[in-house]
Amino acid sequence: MTGLQVWWADFCGDFYSSFIREDRYMLLVEGLGVTIKVSLLAILIGIVIGVVVALCNVSRFKPLKLIGGIYTDIIRGTPSVTQLMFIYFVVFASVHWEKWIIAAIAFGVNSGAYVSEIIRAGILSVDHGQTEAGRSLGLNAYQTMSRIVIPQAVKNIFPALCNEFIVLIKETAIVGYVGLMDIQKAGDFIKSATYKPVMPLLGTAVIYYVLIKILTLALRQVERHLRRSDIR
Amino acid sequence: MIKVKNLHKKFGDLTVLDGIDEHIEQGEVVVVIGPSGSGKSTFLRCLNLLEEATDGEIYVDDQRINAPKVNVNEVRQKMGMVFQQFNLFPHLTIMDNITLAPVLLKKMTKAEAVKRGQELLERVNLSEKADAYPAQLSGGQKQRVAIARALAMDPEIMLFDEPTSALDPEMVGEVLDVMKDLAKSGMTMVVVTHEMGFAREVASRVLFIDQGKVMESGTPEEVFGNPQNERTKLFLSKVL
Repeated sequence: MTGLQVWWADFCGDFYSSFIREDRYMLLVEGLGVTIKVSLLAILIGIVIGVVVALCNVSRFKPLKLIGGIYTDIIRGTPSVTQLMFIYFVVFASVHWEKWIIAAIAFGVNSGAYVSEIIRAGILSVDHGQTEAGRSLGLNAYQTMSRIVIPQAVKNIFPALCNEFIVLIKETAIVGYVGLMDIQKAGDFIKSATYKPVMPLLGTAVIYYVLIKILTLALRQVERHLRRSDIR
Repeated sequence: MIKVKNLHKKFGDLTVLDGIDEHIEQGEVVVVIGPSGSGKSTFLRCLNLLEEATDGEIYVDDQRINAPKVNVNEVRQKMGMVFQQFNLFPHLTIMDNITLAPVLLKKMTKAEAVKRGQELLERVNLSEKADAYPAQLSGGQKQRVAIARALAMDPEIMLFDEPTSALDPEMVGEVLDVMKDLAKSGMTMVVVTHEMGFAREVASRVLFIDQGKVMESGTPEEVFGNPQNERTKLFLSKVL
């Protein structure tokens, strides 16, 4: 047998023991479900917190500004693993919700800080003349913000927001720390059953990659839709 | 219709308006001229409360508008404002630009607002642009839409803040024509501009503002033909 044939036979054997034997691929499928669940809920929570905190940060009311500033500062200054474990083992220690929901809250709280900064930048990127035009027509501050400024801000910051979603999805690979089995952890389980790291790690990487590729393509369609008013 | 008493505006230590007393009657077309930095735009912006006066009183229809507890949004609905930089909403179509405020503020149903929008677009000669976006329009077209948008709220007064200053020269005429039409229809207008030709032709009164004060006020014939104030003479000798 040539070297190539030997390598190929090894590869197939590895593949079989890592994914097919004892239906091990099911671990990855389950893990994928957890990753998606946690990510989606976390993105939603992150957006809600992000919008609220961004509005606090651009408001003229000092205490709100202060609270928003402290939150952003703490989240950005500490590792997300620490935050996850703190929220899971300390804040929610006596709350018996499903693990994945608590994890999603932790990631949402983390993401909210970054989303708020992105949205704040987006709001500031909209020309002040837009606010003046809205107010001069008799719209109140809220109507001007929600109908004129935010829609334009969203368009400006959409690529940055997409980036944040992608970072967040990959960040969830640390949920194993609180005993949830996501894609990464599923790969770990397979590795400890076969003692061979290559296949499970490759599999994990491929699943994340495909997941994010699909999301990227979908978001690009949304962005194209948002940009329709730019056509000259 | 508009009464201004002893209006002062300071930005920090800088005094921009230094005691303006003015009375604008219904149907008047008041054109405000003056060198840049003289405070004429600030004067206009104080009238619809985009700038908060430091001191003094502003009355619209005998209601004091720069007082606490005044509903600023209601006051502004009586006054349309047209900006130098147009400030159309780029994410909305031309029709949506015009109908947004009347519908949101429940002055009209969507259908009524669209009908009114079509009339207004016809009035500014842009009926065919209803479904376009602002980015697809020229500067002159944008400014005409901005005028239509302000008119959609049926204001009693129209304020123009250098409406032609950001336009290419060949587009100035089309915007001034719309403004002339508006003046003929009896609209009360306050126009800050550098277009002396427009001031001569359309103004019922010309105000010359310099150093935050009204230096001269009178008919175009008086102000342009026989200015009394030294500063007015100096300014006119430079721009005419």
